[in-house]
Amino acid sequence: MKKLLTSSRIALRALQVNRTRSALTMLGIIIGVAAVIAMVGVGAGATERIQAQIQSIGSNLIIVLPGSISSNGVRLGSGGVATLTTDDAKAIADECPSVALTAPTVRGGAQVVYGSNNWATVVQGVTPDYMTLRDYTMLSGQFFTTQDVDASAKLAVLGQTVADNLFGDNDPTGQVIIIKNVPFTVAGVLTPKGQSPTGQDQDDVILLPISTATQKVLGVNKANAKAVGSVMVQAINPQAIDQAIQEMDALLRERHRILPGLDDDFSVRNLTEVFAAQESSAQVMAVLLGAIASVSLIVGGIGIMNIMLVSVTERTREIGLRLAVGAKRRDILSQFLVEAVTLSLLGGVIGILVGVATSFSISYFADWSTDIGVFAVVVSFLFSALVGVFFGYYPARTAAFLNPIEALRYE
Amino acid sequence: MAAIINVQNLVKDFRLGEVPVHVLKSISFEIERGDFVAIMGPSGSGKSTLMNILGCLDIPTSGSYTLDGISVGRLESDELAEIRSRKIGFVFQQFNLLARTSAVENVELPLLYTDTPANVRRERAMKALLAVGLAGRADHQPSQLSGGQQQRVAIARALVNDPGIILADEPTGALDSRMGLEIMAIFQQLNRGKGITLVVVTHDPEIAAYSSRTLHFKDGRLQKDERIEQPRDAAADLRAVGSEDGGPEGPPLQPVSEARRAS
Repeated sequence: MKKLLTSSRIALRALQVNRTRSALTMLGIIIGVAAVIAMVGVGAGATERIQAQIQSIGSNLIIVLPGSISSNGVRLGSGGVATLTTDDAKAIADECPSVALTAPTVRGGAQVVYGSNNWATVVQGVTPDYMTLRDYTMLSGQFFTTQDVDASAKLAVLGQTVADNLFGDNDPTGQVIIIKNVPFTVAGVLTPKGQSPTGQDQDDVILLPISTATQKVLGVNKANAKAVGSVMVQAINPQAIDQAIQEMDALLRERHRILPGLDDDFSVRNLTEVFAAQESSAQVMAVLLGAIASVSLIVGGIGIMNIMLVSVTERTREIGLRLAVGAKRRDILSQFLVEAVTLSLLGGVIGILVGVATSFSISYFADWSTDIGVFAVVVSFLFSALVGVFFGYYPARTAAFLNPIEALRYE
Repeated sequence: MAAIINVQNLVKDFRLGEVPVHVLKSISFEIERGDFVAIMGPSGSGKSTLMNILGCLDIPTSGSYTLDGISVGRLESDELAEIRSRKIGFVFQQFNLLARTSAVENVELPLLYTDTPANVRRERAMKALLAVGLAGRADHQPSQLSGGQQQRVAIARALVNDPGIILADEPTGALDSRMGLEIMAIFQQLNRGKGITLVVVTHDPEIAAYSSRTLHFKDGRLQKDERIEQPRDAAADLRAVGSEDGGPEGPPLQPVSEARRAS
């Protein structure tokens, strides 16, 4: 330990004597570590952003859509027939043990007018459960209640984008807007959710009680007055999603009296599964970025080896002298090893700082979210130490095994 | 007086390709403790090879070499390093000081490889610098010192471990004659004042004249062993030459320390 301290002191002194070269050598490691930190940060940020988007959709969600049916050999597309009803939604909620909540929705486009402003947006008829299911919170006002749905109240809840376009900076709550010539009182504004994983603006929406939406805005389906556009289902937990899908499948086939062997007249989509694929592709990108950046760290290590070899050659006489005045081979070995490791560690620390600064600049200027993990920092630090030992060993060994006589005579 | 160096039938061969070259051909001699020996000979006479073996930097092909009672014949490189560290001080023709490193740090260098605490290192280095009259230049770097001063720093470095013997390979070879005289004066002072055994390789008979014994080598053999009854006095010659810069500054050539190695 004491020996090591002495070696460290000798090594630090030698590095001090060659300041410029030490700094230039460190530059390789600095860039390498900074690249790893920044790239891993960008990768982790991207992954995190996708996760946040998935969270914004709502957790453990399944969507049931009215399906295609065949009629005399003509197959209609998904949603082509109104096979799904509010009763189905209620039945799923009541009878499937793996299902926590259901929310039947109808949707359509509409021009919305307030005063002299107007805006084309998506109108959705929903029940209060929809708010829970999608993890909505209110920015202002209140969501409508089950009673409001039963009473077909003319209440509207606005997304932030709609509120901005119709009201500007004013509070819309309590104001009256016109949707397809029907006046609605604004009950409240939803807290913005931002983009969906597929890039849609989730705040460009107006939520109405489903009863009002069908009767007053979107029109009643002539074949089935209780038909809905889709039913959103929330499973009780992530593990129960598959179970919930099976239960719903069985229940709906029974309710729709579909004989065994015939196709479903509805379709079920597991949203979590769709977005998990995106998440994993983002993770692949993160790993790839990190791997490419590590290459630069290795190149930095080779730079250290290069300079250390040059340094050993240049300091041949010094090494000869040290050996002559009583340095043992291991003293020389540890001196040069400590020099290499000091260069790489110091470079690592500076690299971490530069990497963190770069990450922040990327988030600030390019508006990408980055996430600097403690893990990435610790790993790059340890890795840079390892680079120092690995690439410093060969030059140090070369130095330690110089012949003192020849080294002293070296010109 | 017991012999500090005992060389018996020393042979050193080098292989250059297939042909072995006999550099030292069965050399035997003794050097008494406290002697001042000059080794002379033309180049190729094997005197440098002999110095390397005496300095425990190299090992003989055959024959025995006993330094201060230790048979150096077949020691491992770490054991040789230990002996170099404790018993031998080196002075080189080219000084071999570390650049951009202060004089006192250069002198401390050998102590770094012994378990010497930092404050003791500094203290002993300062004493050694005082002994060569350079205490006032402790913080100067080699580039700020004259050749003679650099060589004096190198002598201080050789002294700092309190070695029994100092080996100097052409110590005045890179210096003008005045500076060479200074170095010889310091050597004589160390030899007489502290009883340090000195072995100096030189090709210059003027330098050899300051030794008390001269060994002449030729073609790998000891040709002549010459005892000088009245060696020249370098300090007196230096005074005769007259000093350019007042000579070694400070109280010149003080005794370093009374602590002689017990062994």
